Amino acid sequence: MPETVLDIEDVGKQYRLGEIGTGTLSHDLKRWWSKVRGKGDPFARVGEENAREVAGGDFVWALRDISFRVKRGEVLGIIGKNGAGKSTLLKLLSRVTRPSSGTVKARGRIASLLEVGTGMHPELTGRENIFLNGAILGMTRPEIEAKFDEIVAFSGCAKYVDTPVKRYSSGMKVRLGFAVAAFLEPEILIVDEVLAVGDAEFQRKAVGKMKDVTSEGRRTVLFVSHNMAAVSSLCTRAVVLSNGRLTFDGSPDDAIAHYLSASAEDFRHEGFTDRKGTGHVKVEDVGIAGAAPGIPPQTGSPFSLRFTLSNPMNIPAPDIRFDLRIDDAAGQRVAWLSNTLSENTVPQPAREIAFEVEKLGLNAGKYYVTFYLEVRNEVSDWVHNAFSFEVSEGDYYGTGKPVPLNQSNILIDFKVAYDV
Amino acid sequence: MKENSASEAADESWDLVIESSGRKTYLNLGEVFRFKDLLFLFVKRDFVTFYKQTVLGPLWFFIQPLLKVTIYYVIFARIADISTDEVPPILFYLTGLTFWEYFASCWKKISETFLENQHIFGKVYFPRLVVPLSVMISNGIKLGIQFLLFAAFWAYYRYAGFDITLQPELLLLPAYILIIALLGLGSGLIVTSLTTKYRDLKFLLETVIQLLMYLSPILYPLSLAEGVFRKILLANPMTAVLEAIKYSFLGTGVFSWTYLAYSLGFSVVLVLTGILIFNKTERNFIDTV
Repeated sequence: MPETVLDIEDVGKQYRLGEIGTGTLSHDLKRWWSKVRGKGDPFARVGEENAREVAGGDFVWALRDISFRVKRGEVLGIIGKNGAGKSTLLKLLSRVTRPSSGTVKARGRIASLLEVGTGMHPELTGRENIFLNGAILGMTRPEIEAKFDEIVAFSGCAKYVDTPVKRYSSGMKVRLGFAVAAFLEPEILIVDEVLAVGDAEFQRKAVGKMKDVTSEGRRTVLFVSHNMAAVSSLCTRAVVLSNGRLTFDGSPDDAIAHYLSASAEDFRHEGFTDRKGTGHVKVEDVGIAGAAPGIPPQTGSPFSLRFTLSNPMNIPAPDIRFDLRIDDAAGQRVAWLSNTLSENTVPQPAREIAFEVEKLGLNAGKYYVTFYLEVRNEVSDWVHNAFSFEVSEGDYYGTGKPVPLNQSNILIDFKVAYDV
Repeated sequence: MKENSASEAADESWDLVIESSGRKTYLNLGEVFRFKDLLFLFVKRDFVTFYKQTVLGPLWFFIQPLLKVTIYYVIFARIADISTDEVPPILFYLTGLTFWEYFASCWKKISETFLENQHIFGKVYFPRLVVPLSVMISNGIKLGIQFLLFAAFWAYYRYAGFDITLQPELLLLPAYILIIALLGLGSGLIVTSLTTKYRDLKFLLETVIQLLMYLSPILYPLSLAEGVFRKILLANPMTAVLEAIKYSFLGTGVFSWTYLAYSLGFSVVLVLTGILIFNKTERNFIDTV
């Protein structure tokens, strides 16, 4: 049985909320005073979790009671929403900060690809920066010298190795940094969505390198990503973090399912307080569903928005106009849906209206919905940004390759044709 | 599985154990030694980048002290007419200032360690002590360069016929420099650790250094000070070293083993305290910075 290379035991990390730097002196004095009297820390709250919405309390546990072990050769995926504690965990593992409780034990060197290009100085040449960056990551001079040519070849910057890095393009800087990190050859490698940077050719190289590293079976990789397709194809095991706690540990596919269903429960109405219109027909409730009820929306999967209506005057469906405006998190309109665009075959009064999408062409992210109801050309119910829903990353094109988030929020079907 | 994990827990063969903060603090000097390559790369970086994109380049190493000495000459020798023990004022000021600047620049630069390097410290681990040590070394090289300027002035005044003679105590010069380096390092480590929480100190530091300079025998000889003022001067650990240096190079000044022992003791305690506070701060500073 392969040996355990990483043992995380009851690890917790507490953070102070609010404006740090004001009142710290008085806090420190009070803390010191209670210590003198042999009492506990008056500012540490027990049992408070990292629930971001809950106001009050100056301290929060970003991580709580995390325990797991990783064996040599495993590729462990770490998934969770933003703010679930993934970055904090990585910070603890890369020794940037210490846990507030618990211990982490490791065999061999831990290196993180968070550190790409760390400490590079723009005035120094590529060559000098390779040595500096390598040394910062913990390589010795002979080690770097031995791998120098490989690093330069991998980065594709051979021609510019004696040029100051400030003259490099940003892509070249990233490649150079990644090349150094890739040849560090640590026993435990932490990869954090680093593949989002660099051009396509370089990404291919980077994924190849990561596969090389893991296929030898001697190294262990911790892979943090929002890209479920990548987690499912690269990892041998996955853990789910939620509000600072470890909620699941098992096979990648089970972990992804657990993660997606848990985030469905997070949907909540943001309150329809600011509504306009006569109110002859009003929205009572909203249901958001992905591939099935209870499954959250995912790119490329079925998606539906179901509205329960209050219709005391029994207005028939053909007299109701129902528009949906969907904006992305930046406030850009991405879609406009309306029942007037489709054939209406129901003459009775409507109690419920559903918009169904076969294949959701929205990229991962948060979206805001504005609905607009008209009854016989009169505004009946109009609520701006009534609620939001979260789309999780999915495989729209069936190729396992997502559209980069910074590229587009809207996905359309297309074919590539070659003329040879 | 359970039994297996129990036996593994007893296994002591871990390479790395990260414990929660608040445990014991160590000096951790062995680890710093393993990162000596990084130390020298930082020193090299500081030098290569110091005069890039400046017109006068390395000449700045000489211009700064010359300007300062000129100002002090006008104010303290011409206008205030303060005695310099028969030594030409320019040479007198330059002696003290060359070595004082090493202390002051170490202190100032090391005090910025955490705030200046938070982007690196926030991403990757290496013994943080490497950074202040590299500052100490690169400022030491700067001292070496500025010493050439001082040596040139010394030679000029010597051959111009002034009565200045080297003393055998000059052999202790490495020890003097070491004490100054330790004082600068220790003060810097303490200040940088405190500034991660109390930013106020950053604004105070410049003034404190300035004040301390006037409380050191740089622009006047220790022999001029009497009573309480002399006691205050002697409490300043830089005083004994600066006086010893002036005595060694110029033949005037106070050389005292007792005072020097005080300075040495002070510097060692300061550095040990500094390293302990620094290592304690290093663990969690990224959360509070």
